[in-house]
Amino acid sequence: MRAADLIRFARDAATGNPLRTGLLILAMAIGVAAVVVLTALADGARRYVLNQFSAIGSNLVIVLPGRSQTGGFNPGNAITSTPRDLTIDDAQALRRASAVHRVAPLAVGTSEISVGGRLREVMVAGTTADFIAVRRLTLAQGRFLPPGDWRRGASEAVIGARIRDELFGRDEALGQLVRVGDRRFRIVGVLAATGQGLGMNTDELVIVPVALAQAMFNSNTLFRILVEANSREAIAPAKAQVSEIIRLRHEGEEDVTVITQDAVLATFDRLLGTLTVAVAGIAAISLAVAGILVMNVMLVSVTQRTAEIGLLKALGATRATIRNAFLTEAAMLSVAGALLGFALGHAAAALIRQLYPAFPALPPDWAVLAGVATALVTGLAFGVLPARRAALLDPVQSLARR
Amino acid sequence: MTAPLIELSRIERVFHLGDSQVHALQSIDLCIAAGEYVAVMGPSGSGKSTLLNLIGLLDRPDSGSYRLAGRDVTTLSADEQARVRSERIGFVFQSFHLVPRLTAAENIALPMVLAGIPPAQRGERVRQALRDYGLENRADHRPDQLSGGQRQRVAIARATIMQPALVLADEPTGNLDRTTGEDVMRLLEDLNRGGVTLIVVTHDGALGARARRQLLMADGSLQQDRPRSGGTRSETCALPT
Repeated sequence: MRAADLIRFARDAATGNPLRTGLLILAMAIGVAAVVVLTALADGARRYVLNQFSAIGSNLVIVLPGRSQTGGFNPGNAITSTPRDLTIDDAQALRRASAVHRVAPLAVGTSEISVGGRLREVMVAGTTADFIAVRRLTLAQGRFLPPGDWRRGASEAVIGARIRDELFGRDEALGQLVRVGDRRFRIVGVLAATGQGLGMNTDELVIVPVALAQAMFNSNTLFRILVEANSREAIAPAKAQVSEIIRLRHEGEEDVTVITQDAVLATFDRLLGTLTVAVAGIAAISLAVAGILVMNVMLVSVTQRTAEIGLLKALGATRATIRNAFLTEAAMLSVAGALLGFALGHAAAALIRQLYPAFPALPPDWAVLAGVATALVTGLAFGVLPARRAALLDPVQSLARR
Repeated sequence: MTAPLIELSRIERVFHLGDSQVHALQSIDLCIAAGEYVAVMGPSGSGKSTLLNLIGLLDRPDSGSYRLAGRDVTTLSADEQARVRSERIGFVFQSFHLVPRLTAAENIALPMVLAGIPPAQRGERVRQALRDYGLENRADHRPDQLSGGQRQRVAIARATIMQPALVLADEPTGNLDRTTGEDVMRLLEDLNRGGVTLIVVTHDGALGARARRQLLMADGSLQQDRPRSGGTRSETCALPT
């Protein structure tokens, strides 16, 4: 039997029973669509998280007090095991590093803000003028903290959009005096609303000069030092330089942890990439179910078409011809289902992207390929048994069947 | 006279039904020359259909030998037998056995499709067959849109499209009324006049009487082998001793 005839014969056989064929293709399509949509969601989540991290600021190197790596014996440890704190001097020293573009110290604490009898708990961030550039924030009104001596600072504050709304409502916030803890600040700027993001919610933040924040919290330590490298390529040198400077300043002891955004990103990337694979695996189960359905339907088809198979044998069809006819039919149904599922899955992913523009629900290519390939393989694999059964039917008994 | 087309010797066919054995064919010796017109008659259960299936290579004997055109076909593999069926044997069934989703033309072309004959050649032969059997304006009709007589004409066209030497008909008029049955028999007999060996299984005595040679079966064995009055047995086909 010629290939073209085989395909035509299988097509006619498939379309001869539209309900059966339709249901089968639908089952296969749902399986493939499930793989496409679920991986699109999982991979979308991965991209979403990565985007959020990128929004924190690019080329970022973050210095944390305390050590997370195990090292060898250090004389410093013999005297004290408590790590030294990060100080403003440390931060200022980092500005000298060649690979470093900007540095922003960060001291964080909670306090109360009050104006005109209204009071609320806020997170206070003490930092310097470069913070807005390092963290890629934008202002809605006014200006940010002015550059100047880090050890001093005017009593000026920049507030988040939500704080502004809650404290001032429709009134003008710029130039107003507020009380934060036991100090009075003049509001010079309002941050643009960013919505919910990872890390700190800048909408509910009050930013003040770092020296004043430390005085307010009665501490001279820093929560973080944010360092922006000159370029993406400069991240690694910047990290090395930062570690070295801090080590020298801390009497040769590496008592800080320097992380790069890349490392954080890579961790999340790995984590969510694994999630995507797991989700794809779960979706693949539905493909296996569809495969079993293909087998079942093809077996029923063989039973229903027993007389036809007997006739084909009487007309000179070899076992191979009959086996191929049924395999071709199973393959065609699988291909049709896979293509339909592919289209459905992409349509659903597109719909999700339309509804939630912030969520990049795009199925990864490997998942789509694997989904379609699995559909074809299961369709064929589960088509083998029915095809064999058809090929081995006894022509006399088959012909006797009506 | 022509050489023997079919030579059966000591053919046995036993069916096992549970514990009991049914001897569907017992020690059949039969020789049919090319171009003969043979009717196989007998009551139902006498083994005539089994004999026809065996001659048509749809079934294998439990013992004995079957030579088709001088070649022992009992030892052929299933696929080799399929080839022999494709090239040499045409079947006509009582219930037509047309594929319901295919048109008349497609049903007629089916043996050629299975044999892998190129489409161009198929088209020409199908058109010729449609003309020969008066089915030109029924070419695109499916079986359920055809009358019984038309269906059987399609089936005969299909059986002869590969120009087989042997046509086997199992109760070809069983599902037809008298007049259409008559037409169908005439078509089959025309084939025979054209040189095709025709074997018809029937339990209709009148129908069997039209054949030049009648085989009467009962309980799986050949009871009578007689030429129609006036005819002569071909002596070239003497049974092997």
